[in-house]
Amino acid sequence: MKILVPVKRVVDYNVKIRVKADQTGVDLNNVKMSMNPFDEIAVEEALRMKEAGSADEVVAVSIGVQQCQETIRTALAMGADRGILVKTDAELEPLHVAKILKAVIDEENPELVILGKQAIDDDCNQTGQMLAALLGRPQGTFASKLELVDGKLNVTREVDAGLQTITIDMPAIVTTDLRLNEPRYASLPNIMKAKKKPIIENTPEDMGIDIAPRLSVLKVEEPPKREAGIKVETVGDLVDKLRNEAGVI
Amino acid sequence: MSVLVIADYENGELKPGAAAVVTAAAAIDADVHVLVAGQDVGAVAGQAAEIQGVAKVRVADAAHYKAMLAEPMAELLRALSGDYAAILAVANTDGKNFMPRLAALLDVSQISDITEVVSADTFVRPIYAGNAMATVQSGDAIKIITVRTTTFAKAELTGGSAPVEDVSAADDPGISSFVKNELSESERPELTSARIVVSGGRGMQSGDNFPMLFEVADQLGAAVGASRAAVDAGYVPNEFQVGQTGKVVAPELYIAVGISGAIQHLAGMKDSKVIVAINKDEEAPIFQIADFGLVADLFKAVPELKEELEKLPPA
Repeated sequence: MKILVPVKRVVDYNVKIRVKADQTGVDLNNVKMSMNPFDEIAVEEALRMKEAGSADEVVAVSIGVQQCQETIRTALAMGADRGILVKTDAELEPLHVAKILKAVIDEENPELVILGKQAIDDDCNQTGQMLAALLGRPQGTFASKLELVDGKLNVTREVDAGLQTITIDMPAIVTTDLRLNEPRYASLPNIMKAKKKPIIENTPEDMGIDIAPRLSVLKVEEPPKREAGIKVETVGDLVDKLRNEAGVI
Repeated sequence: MSVLVIADYENGELKPGAAAVVTAAAAIDADVHVLVAGQDVGAVAGQAAEIQGVAKVRVADAAHYKAMLAEPMAELLRALSGDYAAILAVANTDGKNFMPRLAALLDVSQISDITEVVSADTFVRPIYAGNAMATVQSGDAIKIITVRTTTFAKAELTGGSAPVEDVSAADDPGISSFVKNELSESERPELTSARIVVSGGRGMQSGDNFPMLFEVADQLGAAVGASRAAVDAGYVPNEFQVGQTGKVVAPELYIAVGISGAIQHLAGMKDSKVIVAINKDEEAPIFQIADFGLVADLFKAVPELKEELEKLPPA
């Protein structure tokens, strides 16, 4: 079985982002970039399936600027076999990404695609579901456990009230939640080895994908600031303030 | 042109979030319809018909809508989409699952997690864990939207009397099936609609220490939440998680215990009306947004809080 894992280059989760003064977006100059954390979980899950013998190849795909190659290299250093970079400087929406991925999948024919449930930059939580729709395949979103049984996939999903288990046909699209696994760190020898693994490049234009924007961002602003309140000295003071000042208990 | 709201319900009860989505929908167009999809959902349809501002309730009753699986739900919504300028759902794990699938079937870019309707085609939504707010205009013919319910006032739950009509079910694509739910059994209120939330973080040190938060929560009639750190460490299940990748809450009172206040956590609770922080580290970022901060060892402060609450005369 071949597994395809899309990986997104995003602002590192530890970075406190700054909104640009002209309100056109978020300042990405000299900001540390990393693989989207949910995508690391996706890569890890694919590698574990390969190590368990249920998959034989893991292909990492990234879409975006030339530096997305570094994100692919990270996946290769973790253990993915090869990479595909679809290069564009355009701002893409999840619908565009899903269309590009569909074109890649039409070529590659993976039986399983594992994506992060959400990118921590735009927080959209859409791409996996959209890809599943475009391919007419089932989706197992927000997965905390995957089990291949008799050619079908049992997916345990993190839902608001607890856990839900569904069974979906293969080929399938899965999106990862936090507790699916703990991603490994790449070892130095594997980082060196990853430099020799192949990455092929393409562009949305060459693939014939329309990436004209559907949404226009009119402005990006800082959220309203919340002011720090007061420190209380004792639990007694706290309860008194909550009862008599705030009136919430 | 009309707008459609997907009803969110549980155990035959409409959830209050649906009324917040009705408010968001009404800001796009006054002709608000509500779709109730499921099996034996007559009672839910009745409740939806009473929400003020709802012009019509439509019911799709079939076994394959019972678990709200994305594949059949997206097909149903696609079949109904021709009547609408916008389709809106709560941004919970159901809406987040089937709405993007619908959007792609319709070749539309979804607008996720909106916090404000600026006009019929322009919306505000948080990005970067709520550290920036983007105003986004959609050029698509139909708007597919998920709604962050904490930022919209709820439409009145009674007083309306909308007509209820049946719609035919669409075919089940038959590529997915429901196996089971393992839901948390709790007498406490639901996290996203509770008036008070008590949350624990890594400072709790162990899942064994959460019962002391449960006791305080029960005294206050509160729900219990947790930071991602506490969930990652295995102290409590994922459904407790408040934050960028968990639930977004905005209760009247949020008590953060042993939570340092990473931006990812603040994203899920900073719209709470009153925030209390109890943390032994006075430099913890949570104090920068707390209305009342108590620098203290939580293992002393929480039992004390329980005692003080016991002494408190009824309000």
